[in-house]
Amino acid sequence: MHMTRREFVRLVGASVAGAAVLNGCAGHTGGRTVGRVVVIGGGFGGATAAKYLKLWAPELDVSLVEPNENFVSCPFSNRVLGGNLSIEELTRGYARLQSERGVRVYRDLAVAVDVRSRQVRLSRGEVLDFDRLVVAPGVDFIYEDLPGLKGADARRRILHSWKAGAETLALRKQLEAMRDGGVYALCIPRAPYRCPPGPYERACQVAFYFKQHKPRSKVLILDANEDVQSKKGLFSAAWSGMYKGLVEYRPNSELLDVDAKTLTAKLQFEDVKADVLNVVPPNRAADIARQAGLVTTNDRWCAVDWRTMESTAMPGIHVLGDATLAAPAMPKSGHMANQHGKLAADAIIASLTGRAVNQEPIISNTCYSWVSDQEVVHVASVHAFDPKQNTLVPVKGAGGLSPAISTLEGAFAMGWMASILDDALE
Amino acid sequence: MSRASRAMLMGLFAVTATAAVTDDVRAEDYQARSWAASCAACHGTNGQGGHQVPGLAGRSKIDLYTALREFKTDQRKTATIMHQHAKGYSDSQLERIAEYFSRLNR
Repeated sequence: MHMTRREFVRLVGASVAGAAVLNGCAGHTGGRTVGRVVVIGGGFGGATAAKYLKLWAPELDVSLVEPNENFVSCPFSNRVLGGNLSIEELTRGYARLQSERGVRVYRDLAVAVDVRSRQVRLSRGEVLDFDRLVVAPGVDFIYEDLPGLKGADARRRILHSWKAGAETLALRKQLEAMRDGGVYALCIPRAPYRCPPGPYERACQVAFYFKQHKPRSKVLILDANEDVQSKKGLFSAAWSGMYKGLVEYRPNSELLDVDAKTLTAKLQFEDVKADVLNVVPPNRAADIARQAGLVTTNDRWCAVDWRTMESTAMPGIHVLGDATLAAPAMPKSGHMANQHGKLAADAIIASLTGRAVNQEPIISNTCYSWVSDQEVVHVASVHAFDPKQNTLVPVKGAGGLSPAISTLEGAFAMGWMASILDDALE
Repeated sequence: MSRASRAMLMGLFAVTATAAVTDDVRAEDYQARSWAASCAACHGTNGQGGHQVPGLAGRSKIDLYTALREFKTDQRKTATIMHQHAKGYSDSQLERIAEYFSRLNR
């Protein structure tokens, strides 16, 4: 139940007399819940925030706004391309968040945030009032600089598959339909983008599929960056080892435009024609973050106070996950977003209860990439708040990589997936 | 509305909100709870146990702390990733995380 604005004002008014008495009392005022938190976006960040708000403060009124019926994990979705996992294994509903945790789930798209009146408007017209807002919208793509990808037809022929789901399956179909001896080209945007090791893992998974079924084919990585952005030694070992002759890596190959008809990637010095062309356009915080005035940096990202995840532009609004202007050496990963969700939940509850906000947050990242059907490599890091730099920084001496490509860690990786989905959505 | 009355209203709102929410934890080390929540991504919400990794809730503080210290100092040769995480925390932080999990029901 959401209060009307008038009820809310009346409640604030009524509390004037009783404030001193009520202070420190239990969670309801005249049967009404006062702390209303709306969470926009049900990914790893938003779902975790909603769950932990209710876990730690069941009295809160928490609403989650998410247009998709189900959550589909981006992590491990490259395995679907390799033929090593079904998309169903990466899919979870929001039902348990509602039934077990008491989160009110709105299956709708948030289209507008009115900061002054503290309201979120949904696409079907519903309006949700909030005392605190969490925005965890993920990324959208910058198509403006790629005119060849303007039309819907072009975007059907040249997929990004950088949001797991229908596009993942469509790209798999394109790979299945490709002739043996064909070229799969993957264009990687300049960092920062969602999931730094993701493109290189994708190259491995497609190479795995080619090696089994289309051994005369080739994976061509066209990277706008000057070098592999994550787990370089481990990926390079796979490309020069088990995928020798199948994978070619080209750094400094920024995509300038595409020709969707001929599946051609236009680079500065050459045109590259592919049989399957897969373009990850440059990323930015998703639309609703822009609309709400949360984008602070390069017209792309949302800066936050890393103690609370609160926007530096809009106090009282917390931004999570890939949409944030990342702290130093912090990847845009599902695991990090899960951690952001908990920081925000704790900070919101602290501020609503008058408790001091944790000034020394510490969060961690674990990221597994699948090199083949059974083998993974990981990167881990721990990020602690540094008051001098006023941001989270990686703790020196902590974190690290897998020493080598590992089957044992493959089993742990599957465990990680199941565990973090439970932690976010159950 | 004058600035003063607006400030007063905001203050009253803060008091109302304070009254309205209670944290559902007994005698809590909230900072340790926040740190420990990081572990839940793999070890399950409230340390109830993840897939392929052990639960942490309700285990003895000394066992948990000893394990974390051994990970941190590379004495557990079977570690694949915990030795890298444990190095991110001071000993006293590890002790408070161990204490926090030891107090949770299994």
